[in-house]
Amino acid sequence: MTLTKRDRTRRSHVPAAGTEHAAAVERAQREMLHEGSSTVSVRTAEHGTRPRIGADVVCEALLRQGVDVMFSYPGGVILPLYDVLGDYPQLRHVLVRHEQGGAHAADGYARATGKVGVCMGTSGPGATNLVTGIGTAMLDSIPVVAITGNVPSALIGKDAFQEIDINGITLPMTKHNYLVRDANELPRVIAEAFHIARSGRPGPVHIDITKDALQQQTQASHPADDEVVAGLPGFRPTLEGNYKQLKLAAAEIAAAERPVILAGHGVLHAGAEAELQAFAEKVNAPVAWTLLGVGALDERHPLAYGFMGMHGWKHVNRAIQSADLLFAVGMRFDDRVTGNVRTYAPYARIVHVDIDPAEIGKNVAVEVPIVGDAKRVLHAMLPMVEAVPPARRAAYFDQLTEWRHDSEGTSWHGSGAWRDGLLSADYVVQRIGELTRHEGVYVGDVGQNQMWLARYAGFRHPNTHLSSGGLGTMGYAVPAAMGAALGVPEREVWAIVGDGGFQMTSQELMTLVQDEIPVKIALFDNKKLGMIRQWQEIIYAGNYHSAHLLGPDYLKLSEAYGIPSIKASTPAEVDDAIRFAQGVKGAALIWFEIAGEQNVFPMMPAGKGLSDLIEEWGTAE
Amino acid sequence: MTAQGDAAGAPAPSAAAPAHTAPPPRALPGGGQTRLHRLVAIVVDRPGVLNRVSSLMRARNFNIDSLAVSRTDRAGFSRMTISLHGDDVAVEQAAKQLYRLIDVLKVQDVTSDASVEHELALVKVRVTDGTRADVLKLIELMRGRVLDVSTEAVIAEVSGTETEVDNFVAGVREFGIKELVRTGAVVMARGSGSIEEAVKK
Repeated sequence: MTLTKRDRTRRSHVPAAGTEHAAAVERAQREMLHEGSSTVSVRTAEHGTRPRIGADVVCEALLRQGVDVMFSYPGGVILPLYDVLGDYPQLRHVLVRHEQGGAHAADGYARATGKVGVCMGTSGPGATNLVTGIGTAMLDSIPVVAITGNVPSALIGKDAFQEIDINGITLPMTKHNYLVRDANELPRVIAEAFHIARSGRPGPVHIDITKDALQQQTQASHPADDEVVAGLPGFRPTLEGNYKQLKLAAAEIAAAERPVILAGHGVLHAGAEAELQAFAEKVNAPVAWTLLGVGALDERHPLAYGFMGMHGWKHVNRAIQSADLLFAVGMRFDDRVTGNVRTYAPYARIVHVDIDPAEIGKNVAVEVPIVGDAKRVLHAMLPMVEAVPPARRAAYFDQLTEWRHDSEGTSWHGSGAWRDGLLSADYVVQRIGELTRHEGVYVGDVGQNQMWLARYAGFRHPNTHLSSGGLGTMGYAVPAAMGAALGVPEREVWAIVGDGGFQMTSQELMTLVQDEIPVKIALFDNKKLGMIRQWQEIIYAGNYHSAHLLGPDYLKLSEAYGIPSIKASTPAEVDDAIRFAQGVKGAALIWFEIAGEQNVFPMMPAGKGLSDLIEEWGTAE
Repeated sequence: MTAQGDAAGAPAPSAAAPAHTAPPPRALPGGGQTRLHRLVAIVVDRPGVLNRVSSLMRARNFNIDSLAVSRTDRAGFSRMTISLHGDDVAVEQAAKQLYRLIDVLKVQDVTSDASVEHELALVKVRVTDGTRADVLKLIELMRGRVLDVSTEAVIAEVSGTETEVDNFVAGVREFGIKELVRTGAVVMARGSGSIEEAVKK
């Protein structure tokens, strides 16, 4: 075979010269190398003296949405935004040390304030680092807007430097996501993102913006609120409960002898705490809460019965198992709540109120489904239900009280400060709650510390207990506390974190110092992955593979970061250590050396039912 | 119900359940009979919406039998016909999950409604000089339409309900099917009701 001249002609490896596509690729490649930007970047405080570009639109839109702080990390393709950030001093930018910390901080900010949290990162690794935080927000329905830069649009799909299909990655774990290639779309997209994130069942929204869109000059104006709503015909959350269903629910309550109200995160999202209390008082029913429902009712309230589920109080689970009616508001009957559904609440009929229709009938079959916002539904139901006099429930409440005494008297529960000659974690949590007069914000990590916090700190206010419930993200506490501390500066913010979780995101200590964020860190060091160790002890016949982990000298670590710290290993030192941390103006760390073998009891082994709680294991002492 | 034999610790006769007998297990949602469902969804015609729908179905553990997508008569809206197997509760869950997508405007399970259903298939059937006439005749008999005839194959088009298409395919199979493509069913509810008009509100 011979080659003709035609065969030997080189095929061009670029799009045909002179075409629009060729010009775009060339421009994009130049921009990647920062050779001559296509926009003028005049750094002045006055907006008017340089052309308005996509990055300006982002900042304007964030300000219009009432954003006052964002947690971000710069990178190549998002630099155009950083180039203009200085012109918007009202937007506080917190430079985190890792994008995951930024996403958790935005999440913590959102949980503590009820507003939308904002985090930002660059393309590629910046974006993938955000993913764990976005997933955490998704599983707990937290309104977060995550913004990432992406490579110039002409390079998308070419495996450019730091290019990853982040839109494809966040698609199944956001409420909605966007890829913006045109600056003129930014006003609409950002307004929609905030609207979607905070309305109905809240959730994270991700906006990916190409570098050229950030740099593109634009005159696009911001849409009014009603235009935003009109532009989203597929997004119309149902807020008011169906009247007929409310009537049915009221009849269920009237007929119930042993009702239990289950309060979930939806109560807090809707701000329905007052309605919940009024409702519970009128129908005279005890209120149990999920992990994320902690704070829905002041724990001192006589009808506040306690925390349910896998590591919930035994008396609460007993009440659920014997109830003839569960009135569930804003919770999803998660497997950590129900255990084995077959044996869950076997005598109970279920009324389920949730704003998300997909949650109803998903995990358990229910008798009365009500789709609606918790606040509006409870408000509407209040006049429909008959007031139940205490006398009618006297026997029931006697039983509940007896169970509660029973459960609180069991060993391991507030049984004193010592455990194997070391500190008992539940005692420490209790003291933190008491010494802060239960007025702080307490951010749990994941594992045993999370359960101790939910059980023993004593919560009186909504949105003061922050915990990664759905995704169970270790390393959540410190960065989330960072966000909460900026969101609610009037409250003392405590991160309750184990030594395992702490070592996952401890880099944010430096952010606490640089941005002067006053987070108090209670580090529970048992030199173990405590919950792993507990499961291995009880379920895996004591095969403690990888449950033991070393940590650094946390006092030296804190010192290196410039954070005042103190160590407490005996009960006598606990109060002083907490007071020391409270006395520090900025961030502080307490190294609590706690018992290594302490278990969280009761415990419902996975796959078992709420009636199969384990309360004792081996020899306690 | 009596508690005889219970108090004394003697084995209770099987007929009389003790007073503290365990309640029946809570019914799990779903678990009913699995059958073919047809969901019709009106969605906003935006890039990525097909990906959102298919990704959601995968993530929620639903297996799509067929999915047909097209424009509607109204600018900006697309229509999807999703066929999937599942029990009624599971499919209702699927529909509810679809509603969570911002781009999904309306979802209807038309399985139990009176509806017309149609699907198109192209079949390339192997022929020889000896069988060509038989194949062409069979195609005609089974209400197919011949689109292309070549020396070793003919392409037949058939449309109808899924069963009709199945029957056609089975009928020509003995000659040898070289290639088969089916569009998946599209359905429309009978009567004057309109899912597109329902979206307008």
